[in-house]
Amino acid sequence: MCQVGEDYAEPASEEPPPRQPGREQKCVKCKEGLPVVVIRAGDAFCRDCFKAFYIHKFRAVLGKNRLIFPGEKVLLAWSGGPSSSSMVWQVLEGLSRESAKRLRFVPGIVCIDEGAACGLSPEARAKTLAEMKLILQTVGFPWHVVALEEVFDLPPSVLRCFAQEPVETEGAYKAAVDSFLQQQHVLGAEGAGDSPSLAQGEEQLSWPCTQDPQNPQSPDRPPTAAQTEALSRLFDSVKTLTAKEELLQALRTHLILHVARTHGYSKVMTGDSCTRLAIKLMTSLALGRGAFLAWDTGFSDERHGDVVVVRPMREHTLKEVAFYNHLFAVPSVFTPALDTKAPEKASIHRLMEAFMLRLQDQFPSTVSTVYRTSEKLVKAPRDGCAASPPGPRCLLCMCALDIDTADSATAFGAQTPLHLSQTQPPTPPPTAPCCSAGMGRVQGCCGGARPCEREDPRACVIEQLCYGCRVNMKDLPSLDPLPPYILAEARLRSQRYQRPLCSGSPGGPWGGAPAGPLPTQLLPQGLHRAADPGVPG
Amino acid sequence: PPRSAPPATRRAPPPPPALGPRAVCGACFCAAFEAEVLHTVVAGRLLPPGAVVAVGASGGKDSTVLAHVLQVLAPRLGISLRLVAVDEGIGGYRDAALAAVRRQAARWELPLTVVAYADLFGGWTMDAVARSTAGSGRSRACCTFCGVLRRRALEEGARLVGATHIVTGHNADDMAETVLMNFLRGDAARLARGGGLGSPGEGGALPRCRPLQLASQKEVVLYAHFRRLDYFSEECVYAPEAFRGHARHLLKLLEAARPSAVLDLVHSAERLALAPAARPPAPGACALLDGLNRGRPRLAIGKGRRGLDEAGPPRDGEPERAPAPEAVPAF
Repeated sequence: MCQVGEDYAEPASEEPPPRQPGREQKCVKCKEGLPVVVIRAGDAFCRDCFKAFYIHKFRAVLGKNRLIFPGEKVLLAWSGGPSSSSMVWQVLEGLSRESAKRLRFVPGIVCIDEGAACGLSPEARAKTLAEMKLILQTVGFPWHVVALEEVFDLPPSVLRCFAQEPVETEGAYKAAVDSFLQQQHVLGAEGAGDSPSLAQGEEQLSWPCTQDPQNPQSPDRPPTAAQTEALSRLFDSVKTLTAKEELLQALRTHLILHVARTHGYSKVMTGDSCTRLAIKLMTSLALGRGAFLAWDTGFSDERHGDVVVVRPMREHTLKEVAFYNHLFAVPSVFTPALDTKAPEKASIHRLMEAFMLRLQDQFPSTVSTVYRTSEKLVKAPRDGCAASPPGPRCLLCMCALDIDTADSATAFGAQTPLHLSQTQPPTPPPTAPCCSAGMGRVQGCCGGARPCEREDPRACVIEQLCYGCRVNMKDLPSLDPLPPYILAEARLRSQRYQRPLCSGSPGGPWGGAPAGPLPTQLLPQGLHRAADPGVPG
Repeated sequence: PPRSAPPATRRAPPPPPALGPRAVCGACFCAAFEAEVLHTVVAGRLLPPGAVVAVGASGGKDSTVLAHVLQVLAPRLGISLRLVAVDEGIGGYRDAALAAVRRQAARWELPLTVVAYADLFGGWTMDAVARSTAGSGRSRACCTFCGVLRRRALEEGARLVGATHIVTGHNADDMAETVLMNFLRGDAARLARGGGLGSPGEGGALPRCRPLQLASQKEVVLYAHFRRLDYFSEECVYAPEAFRGHARHLLKLLEAARPSAVLDLVHSAERLALAPAARPPAPGACALLDGLNRGRPRLAIGKGRRGLDEAGPPRDGEPERAPAPEAVPAF
């Protein structure tokens, strides 16, 4: 019944289509082969047709979006899991095909070792890494294995969106493809071939680097014990699994972005499958990220500007991925994640996943329905990363802030993030909202028993977050364990906008006279006497 | 050092003790609740002075609280209230609820008008609709009908009493369930219409709004408790079969994992950006009744307009679905 307009279906009994699966059934496509897998509403495919179907879907998604230009450097984000492994395999196969249909970009692989955040022992991490390296060597693309601990070395600039030229028109794409093909032709017959090593050859032509794909580009530096400790401390200090998951995603994204920028990749491919994206959509909805669904789940995500994230696996269901990987021996490595073995109710993510998969059992069109609705999402015009973004962006997720200065919906009982760290009830309502209208129904960070100078950096970070990230921050009682680049960028931005944050008088900690239409909020001076401009946090 | 004077409009958000870190007494809670509804109505410019407001009254907790609060605020807002109750003709349920409404109307001294499906819709009661749609042996789709017909009935009742605006008691939990449900069912048209505070009234319909939209269910229940309001709390007999039940269940799970889930969903709903619905709007009451009268009740909730002209149920696996009205809980 799940779908609008569809009749209510009796659970399960309606599910199999009228076709009788029997020994005589042949593949629905070629009508000859013996079927090995049933996909969608009872379509039985033989091995070869399934392979063709699977590969075709991958290439069709890339082809119809026309975002990846020939010769472009594309970073494949590989977690070791089935979907991203399948994606890597598709790219590998796609690059080695006959020239007419060959994929034309230049791949690299990035793999983030998140073991410290997940509480894995160094031995377990080393073992997993070794397994991954075996596969990476087989694949043969240039690869970068990066420990999550390296977030502690990231520069604040990773959080900035670099304005990009306007998206190429269709004509430009075709022109680029044509000129690339011409180039190949001029270079002679070497252009056509089947082996992956030729992909490397082309790489050398279009990108004059002499790297040997067997060696990683970045030196394989294991993280220091101090960094590992710091990362563990950070994740231990987060109170809920939901917030941990979100924080992990943010850090992972920043790190991948950094690797991409450092090595000249303009695209990143992630292996999110249809199933995962449907779950992600519902999860994002529940987390207050309704404004950003198109970026979180769409084919392309241009929020960073110079590096675009694409999701070529988005039309493959998890079932298709699993069968393909099984039938065609796609190697993958199991790595425990943050929520491995966590109980179902432990986080919003787990809840939503369990709910969706259960509902899918009852109503088999659930995932595809949600996915199809996600295709109707549009990127609201206020995001213009192609032009320079007019509005401020979230410090962590880098989407345009979705909190209006005008009073927004969440008025009733809305818990403002600024109260998070206050364990005792605040003293009589504070005098003024000190962090400008952007906070909506903020009580003001100076209310309460805590001394104000401890609140300043927190308030200034919170104010630069979107709604969803603010709610997550509630579960992080102290900002101290965060990697320094986040706090540094927060400080830089607040100084740049010269907002009268927490400044009782001109020349206060955060800079001089307010610029722009923001009203000057005068704060009780006494609360800021102790604030020292030079002291961070 | 001197402190600046407090701004006049500053007031505390009223989290009930269950939700917030601060403890408030019953009286302060109710006062804060009323203040927030006032603020919602005023800031959203939902009910201008002089408005004649038809309150959809079902006898349930939400509409009871709504009517009570609006009565308290009526002098300040400059509005007058009329109660409109809808009798869907559900035996063993609606008659009991209507008795509650009648009691309340007497207590509040507000005029009450009852509009019945049977009168408005050519004899079709919900029980009859349920029988008609149950004939094919599948689960009922009657909630789909009820939602559409009730909207129409409310509209009729409001016009009868000369109202300029319609208010219903939907709370934040309802809105959260709705957005979850619309995504699960792929109702892009509904989603595209947005989760704003009210609809201006399309095609000549009276403007509607939901002043309690930002109050969580817990707050509504607590308010009713502190003010000792008398309401009818049983579930509609057909409710167990409605798809909304799945969304409600999910919402309760989410709330347990993260208490702010309801408000987070409302926030999300308000900021969705969907392509404007390219297809014709959901079939209204006329289309549904047409289907019922023809003995083919599912036509109008099938594939859009085509459903009315063609035979046969919608095919499986069709990617596009005509928007059909969601199952709206009895308010």
